[in-house]
Amino acid sequence: MQQNTLPQKLWMSATGLFLCVFLVIHLLGNLQLLLPAADAKEQFNWYSRLLSGNIIIKVIAWVLYCSIIGHAVYALLLTLQSRRANGTRYVYDKRGASSKWYSRNMGLLGTIILIFLVIHFKDFWYRYKFTDLPLDARGQPDLYTVVVFAFAQWWYVLLYVVCMFAMGFHLLHGFFSAARTLGLYHPKFTRWVKVSGWLYTVVITGGFIIIPIYVYFTNS
Amino acid sequence: MKLTLHIWRQEQGASTGAMHTYALTDIPEDMSFLEMLDLLNEQLMKQGERVIEFDSDCREGICGQCGMMINGRAHGPLKHTTTCQLYMRSFKDGDTIYAEPFRAAAFPVVCDLKIDRSAFDRIIGAGGYVSVSTGQAPEANSIPYAHETAEAAFDAAACIGCGACVATCKNSSAALFTGAKITHMALLPQGQTETAARTQKMVAQMHKEHFGHCTNTEACEVECPQQISVLHIARMNYEYNKASLLHK
Repeated sequence: MQQNTLPQKLWMSATGLFLCVFLVIHLLGNLQLLLPAADAKEQFNWYSRLLSGNIIIKVIAWVLYCSIIGHAVYALLLTLQSRRANGTRYVYDKRGASSKWYSRNMGLLGTIILIFLVIHFKDFWYRYKFTDLPLDARGQPDLYTVVVFAFAQWWYVLLYVVCMFAMGFHLLHGFFSAARTLGLYHPKFTRWVKVSGWLYTVVITGGFIIIPIYVYFTNS
Repeated sequence: MKLTLHIWRQEQGASTGAMHTYALTDIPEDMSFLEMLDLLNEQLMKQGERVIEFDSDCREGICGQCGMMINGRAHGPLKHTTTCQLYMRSFKDGDTIYAEPFRAAAFPVVCDLKIDRSAFDRIIGAGGYVSVSTGQAPEANSIPYAHETAEAAFDAAACIGCGACVATCKNSSAALFTGAKITHMALLPQGQTETAARTQKMVAQMHKEHFGHCTNTEACEVECPQQISVLHIARMNYEYNKASLLHK
């Protein structure tokens, strides 16, 4: 029997909105990379060590891992249910004309983000947590140099920017869609959520795109 | 007007069908799409072939009986139009037209372009009514009720149940239909008291009928002949979440 998808959608919304909040914190931390090189190195390495040693951050990190996995798993379950609901395919299909392309391709955009996350975790999170990084002048693990080395490669910056665009379009639809799923139906608030979603997406996506480009041009 | 038609043909009771090609000439542009199909059927009858089956009733755009995918769009290329209100002037001489039934696991094909939409009836049957006797119509001004709210309930009640929302949805979701029915009753004083139980029953039935989930692409609102707002889906989610938290 078909499962009730509304509770699953609620989990998608809750995990998605948590990830939206996380992105704000993540961006604020990463903005330290835009400081002059010497200050950026000291600040960023201090910030990284502060986060890795804080018990509250550790708890939030586990919520983050669960949110990413939960969001992806529920998306997969809902997609499978949709396939069953669709039945026979149309021979001639032009339904795309009545909706925005990114709203129809959240699964594809989400998959790009997931692949990006695997690369992102491997290159930064894994190296920080499970390898012996060289220490900076203050004896802190030198994550800043790892980041700068990664963003000094043009193809890595390009990959990063493309993935950030995928994330941007995912956020553009996901932000207001989550509000709808939670039940925000009043036309006045709906308009505000759409505008907020646009602003949020532009700031977050723009912020994450500027950082690797800035690091690339200031270190090449 | 000369046309090439690719039409889905499926025998009654058959599990699948195929597109068949027909040529039609001398089609006046003031003819409706369904009248054009009537003309094709006359031609088929003269040739001794089985006619193409499709649903229609009022042919005035208000009953919701007609409905098919025309050139890959629910009810054809125009927004907010039923199939019967689509006229041949929307096409050009020499055009190729594809006509298929609305497709969803919950809408099995009965024959050719005709589908079984009784899943919608079962969603209504699950709770889309007021179960208590409301008596005779009261004096109009005896119920303190805002005009705007009454209009909003009427807007939701305008849904004709044609199924275009399901057909155009990439997930075959019936959220717009169910949301409109729930909102319609939730806004009226006679229906308000049973909103929580009604929402839970109708949503449960919606999923039992194998409709998909809503991803808020808003395509349903674009294709809906009655322009039912997608905010009714949000209202359904609100009522469902509230009922899940508060209703016993």
